[in-house]
Amino acid sequence: MGVCVRDPAPSPDGSAVGPYPQKGRGTVDVFLSQVFTGLSAGGVLLLIAIGLTLTFGQMGVINMAHGEFIMAGAYTAYVINSVLGNAELGLLVALPVGFVVGGLLGVLLEAGVIRWMYHRPLDTLLVTYGVGLVLQQVARDIFGAPAKEVPSPSWLSGSVPVLGYDFPLARLFLLVLSLVCLLGVVAVLKYTALGRQVRATVSNRDLAETVGVSTRRTDRITFFLGSGLAGIAGVALTLLGSTGPTIGSSYIVEAFLVVVVGGIGQLKGTVIAAFAIGLTQSFLEYATSGSIAKVLVFLAIVVFLQARPQGIFAVRTRSLA
Amino acid sequence: MNPRTPRLIGGMLSAVVLSSALAGCGAKAGETSEAAESCVKTDGDSIKVGFLNSLSGTMAISETTVFKSLSMAAEEINADGGVLGKQLEIVSEDGQSEPTVFAEKATKLIDQDCVAAVFGGWTSSSRKAMLPVFEGKNSLLFYPVQYEGLEASRNIFYTGATTNQQIIPGLDYLKDEKGIKSIFLVGSDYVFPRTANAIIQAYAAEHGIEVLGEEYQPLGSTNFGTVVDKVKKAGADAVFNTLNGDSNVAFFKEYKGKGLTAESMPVVSVSIAEEEVPGVGVDNLVGQYTAWNYYQTIETPTNEAFVSAFKEANGAKSVTSDPMEAAYTSLYLWKGMVEKAESFATDDVIDAAEGVTFDAPEGSVTVNGENHHIAKTALIGEIRPDGLIETVWSSDEPIEPDPFLETYPWWEGE
Repeated sequence: MGVCVRDPAPSPDGSAVGPYPQKGRGTVDVFLSQVFTGLSAGGVLLLIAIGLTLTFGQMGVINMAHGEFIMAGAYTAYVINSVLGNAELGLLVALPVGFVVGGLLGVLLEAGVIRWMYHRPLDTLLVTYGVGLVLQQVARDIFGAPAKEVPSPSWLSGSVPVLGYDFPLARLFLLVLSLVCLLGVVAVLKYTALGRQVRATVSNRDLAETVGVSTRRTDRITFFLGSGLAGIAGVALTLLGSTGPTIGSSYIVEAFLVVVVGGIGQLKGTVIAAFAIGLTQSFLEYATSGSIAKVLVFLAIVVFLQARPQGIFAVRTRSLA
Repeated sequence: MNPRTPRLIGGMLSAVVLSSALAGCGAKAGETSEAAESCVKTDGDSIKVGFLNSLSGTMAISETTVFKSLSMAAEEINADGGVLGKQLEIVSEDGQSEPTVFAEKATKLIDQDCVAAVFGGWTSSSRKAMLPVFEGKNSLLFYPVQYEGLEASRNIFYTGATTNQQIIPGLDYLKDEKGIKSIFLVGSDYVFPRTANAIIQAYAAEHGIEVLGEEYQPLGSTNFGTVVDKVKKAGADAVFNTLNGDSNVAFFKEYKGKGLTAESMPVVSVSIAEEEVPGVGVDNLVGQYTAWNYYQTIETPTNEAFVSAFKEANGAKSVTSDPMEAAYTSLYLWKGMVEKAESFATDDVIDAAEGVTFDAPEGSVTVNGENHHIAKTALIGEIRPDGLIETVWSSDEPIEPDPFLETYPWWEGE
């Protein structure tokens, strides 16, 4: 019943449209591709959870506005791309700027709200949730409700073959970026004076105070770092999807799960949990479907936390309380 | 009005919705309630009509554009002398992206503002929530968005496409022009994609097309690694995409990232129109296909006038899309029905509906008096580098609406 007005790609024999990817690959290939998909999903989770491990894990603050710091990072990438008009450079400039933007927002939140309620975690949850909603509305007023597209640099488009599997460059970049951020945080915590002060504060705030650690200053810098990492995550997420006011809130629940499953305040636990959840999700999704896999992953987390409420690793605190 | 009335109505609505859902047919629901006496005032110089769109909340992005094109149509009609010599007086209400609010505001428009007809709604859930209100009060709703079909109400006129005017032509195009033998279905996990895919499965079974997979992700999900892997591994000849909203961005970025292109494996989308293209990123979409009944690029004098008037009112960068055009058209169709009936009364308008036509921007459209949908020409379009969509195929003539797919023997209903 149709009449063809213009056929952009006439097929020679009229039967098929073009060259197709390999059909019916073996189970080893399926296994490999799901491993890669799982690793890249885990990398995204890790990238989002690293900052949360610092603010939630180390500081004990349930910061629901963390997702909106991610959003701030994503919009930073959008603004920088619009100003520069150059997608190739945009991402590289946006990463450090996003870090600073996220970090400053974190410091503002810490100084303005959180420092009054360090021993009232439920209050921090409610207040930061409210702050998050305010930030979402601010973004909507500034940038408008429709999602913004941040163009990806051309050096991240396409994919690289890894063991016969096409690994999208953008996802590979995210994976590497999350590992770099992780190493950065580990280095700061392990080898710097600040890191020693943070660890001392976490172990026993009062005792740290007595030996001359300014816990106020430590809190503030830790918040800057953790929120800055959220900003970096936001910049990176523009490679995967569009940028809208709710971009952060769609990831925040999973990020909290990663931190809790890993063991609150335990970086290595966060790493294991992020990749375990990513891989489980990817294999279950292959075997079932997206929605069912999500339910199964959440169920598995519930069962795991029943058996091990403290997460994969437990915090060793020297607090007397 | 008694402050408890909306709640009472809400309760009645849910009961009606529930019973109609159990009966498996929404069309008969209103017959039980007695038609209230209409309070529409027809003795003055003006006549009230209601616009009910989400001007706030998650759907505001889309529905605000519909509100703008409805307003434009109203201004044009008023400048041209109105309807039956009466100027249109617009009462606008915000549905707030909440189906319950849509039902409440529809009640308010009919009972308090005494409007002759209401124009609006977008999501199927908002329409389903309003349906019993319009049937119970015997008033008129004009609904402008393509939807999953399988519905016909005496009190609703559907000016967007039903499935046999969008999805089935999309499949016909893939089968006849692209020669596809296999297809992969990707959609968001809610009512429209599930219904659409059930229809596609039945079509495929009848026409010897192999369905190599059917994958859903929750609405708003951006996690498409595994889905695209499955699509790629299946090696289907084409993908039929019923994803909605932000998921499209993540899907097409992943699609491109894994080396799939419009040449190697074309995607036909039914929810990406001109407004959505920049959000998804033109680079990710160039060369891919969409199925609709209207594109901004249609070269007819009517459409050129429509596009330039819209740009003049809303800025040179604004674009026009299928639902906007269908909304614009709906106001003119109502005008045509009223003038044919020489009356604003609901029953007279419905009786006059059959055969009313309008030279719309998409081409000539005609109302089907039996199922209250309109005959529309199906268009397959290709997304151009400038973000607009170009027609690459069109049905010879307007396709008669068949919301329950009764003329398609392979569809036995659900």
